[in-house]
Amino acid sequence: MKSRLKLTLLATASALISTNAIAETLFWSSQATPIEETQAMREQVLSGFDGGVSFQPADPGPWLTRIQAELGAGSGSIGVLGALHGDFTPLAGNLADLSGIDASAVSPGFMELGLLGTGEQKYIPWMQATYVMAAHTNALEYLPDGADLMALSYDELIAWAANMHEATGEPRFGFPAGPQGLKHRFFQGYLLPAYTGSMVTEFRSDAAEEAWTAFLELWEHTNPASTNYSFMQEQLISGDAWLVFDHTARLADAFNQQPDDFVAFPAPAGPAGRGFMPVLAGMAVPETAQDKDAAMDLISYMLAPETQIATLRATNFFPVIDVDFPDDMPPSVQAAGAAIAAMSGADDALPALLPVGLGDLGGQFNQVYNDSFERIVLARQPVRAVLDDQADALRRILDEAGAPCWAPDAPSDGPCPVN
Amino acid sequence: MPRALPYLLLLPASLFLLVFFFYPFGLVVVESLTRGGEWTTENFTRMTGHWKFAPAFWNTIWLTAIVVPVQLIMALTMASVVQKLKTGRSGLLYIFAIPLGISDLAAGLIWLAIFEQSGFLNSIFHAFGIIDRPTLYLGYQNMWVIFLAVVLAEIWRATAIMMVIIVAGMGLIPKEYSEAAEVFGASRWQRFTRVTLPLLRPSLQTALILRILMAFEVFAVVMALGGTTLPVLMGETFQWQFQLQDRGVAAAYAMVILGLSVAFSLVVLRLLHVPKGARI
Repeated sequence: MKSRLKLTLLATASALISTNAIAETLFWSSQATPIEETQAMREQVLSGFDGGVSFQPADPGPWLTRIQAELGAGSGSIGVLGALHGDFTPLAGNLADLSGIDASAVSPGFMELGLLGTGEQKYIPWMQATYVMAAHTNALEYLPDGADLMALSYDELIAWAANMHEATGEPRFGFPAGPQGLKHRFFQGYLLPAYTGSMVTEFRSDAAEEAWTAFLELWEHTNPASTNYSFMQEQLISGDAWLVFDHTARLADAFNQQPDDFVAFPAPAGPAGRGFMPVLAGMAVPETAQDKDAAMDLISYMLAPETQIATLRATNFFPVIDVDFPDDMPPSVQAAGAAIAAMSGADDALPALLPVGLGDLGGQFNQVYNDSFERIVLARQPVRAVLDDQADALRRILDEAGAPCWAPDAPSDGPCPVN
Repeated sequence: MPRALPYLLLLPASLFLLVFFFYPFGLVVVESLTRGGEWTTENFTRMTGHWKFAPAFWNTIWLTAIVVPVQLIMALTMASVVQKLKTGRSGLLYIFAIPLGISDLAAGLIWLAIFEQSGFLNSIFHAFGIIDRPTLYLGYQNMWVIFLAVVLAEIWRATAIMMVIIVAGMGLIPKEYSEAAEVFGASRWQRFTRVTLPLLRPSLQTALILRILMAFEVFAVVMALGGTTLPVLMGETFQWQFQLQDRGVAAAYAMVILGLSVAFSLVVLRLLHVPKGARI
């Protein structure tokens, strides 16, 4: 009797192990890295997939290092790659063609980005997000006269922050300038485009100097602890900041925990327009994937409307297809959704894409904007000199990558010029 | 066979070192001196051309210059106290060595909990009515506070390792020397400086070299307390490797750290030179 039990156990165990070994597709993602999101992805999004999937997120650096190592070795265990648009560009040559997947529900503009400038469908859009402004309702009474919350200008934003500073005695504007904060996206996609209409070519123009000077003015009313801030939802909830800028996914907790206390609204506009940066994440299959069919099945599964809504709940990234939102969506989705619609639908909307074609120089590209911030704002170096100096670094990176201009800069032959 | 035995016994460790230390080390040297497959010094020019190199370099040097001497004096004092104890010696040693068991990141976080805007220090000051509202200590305007916090965390974390080595060294010194000096009327201080310290040289050498190497590699504590506000060499290496994806410049930084470590180790070896005949 005993030995029969042992045998049964052994057989069950080996069956479990063998099915696991065959069926699990490794989903290697640079997104949904916070542990709560990872867990939600596993339990609420991917648990419904029949094929079996192991979802493993990593920070962008290690993410790229591992896939590069697998590609270099010519074999690997990664089945599906999940990452931002810009993360895929250095890998374009090593991604399988995904034209076979039915992605007709995704907007053609997004699908075209997934071509990565080649003739093949290198990645399938997965989810999207952007950055918005958020404020505590306490802050609303200090709005400057005549200002429309849904259509602010940078001057009005500065005046608003100044009013609050004066009235409460504390600088109440919060800015994600910590090591993990997304400050570079603010300069690339919001501040500079709003003043110069450009992210790259007009980097050291007079208009750019004006933009940085305006930011210096705003910084006077910014909580100095901002250099330690990463996710602005924490400062909104703690009350350290009443008025903030951040990624929708990094503001969600505030809206979900205290839905009645916070409002979301579009980014301000500058002389050149309302610069803003849509963020697109996609899924790809590396050439080294062992079971490409299983990987493509997983991607199809991720595009189903109910999976897209589950993904939205898990990560606060919005669907890439048209879906009918159920009524019980979290407050963060409703708040951000309205702000995003007002921002992208504004008359002066000026979308600025995430950098394209920079390959593994993306980090250095961001560093140029971060260095400019640290030198101009924190170290108080003269704006003109810093911009001239950083423009050289920017030029070198674009030349080295051979990256042509992307929106909002006008298309260029050859590397995007820095005037 | 007996003659070959020592070499055979050394073989596994040597192989391990070759494969997991010297080979990667060679790769890093090559990496730092090449770019796109060509030999060049561009990685070093880029490194020194970046505006954060100088502050990172000097911050690391200053940290080492302040932390290591303070730790040396503290470790010597602690070791002497432990040595003198008749009872409770191992108990005290155990308490002194507690920080050794804590990872450097955890140590950084512990000190962060003290200095933070909502941390212990602010709470205590507030409770005693010294301040009205929490102040920001670790901000970019007060670089010296971040520096001081790192110094404190480093001293707290890594003094024990020097103490352990020195305690072991003191245990090796025969009591007779000290007793003889006492007979000739040497005071306690004289016995310490003229007898104990010179005989401690080999241990001091080990302790200092080990500690200086660790000081040049300081990273997690600085990250926890200052983020990127207080640049240090190791932090920049990490930054270039993972954030900026430029292995060449990261390798160049690694070479600078290696160069500093070798140079300072040589200085220590030279200063605390122990003649062959005098070695214990």
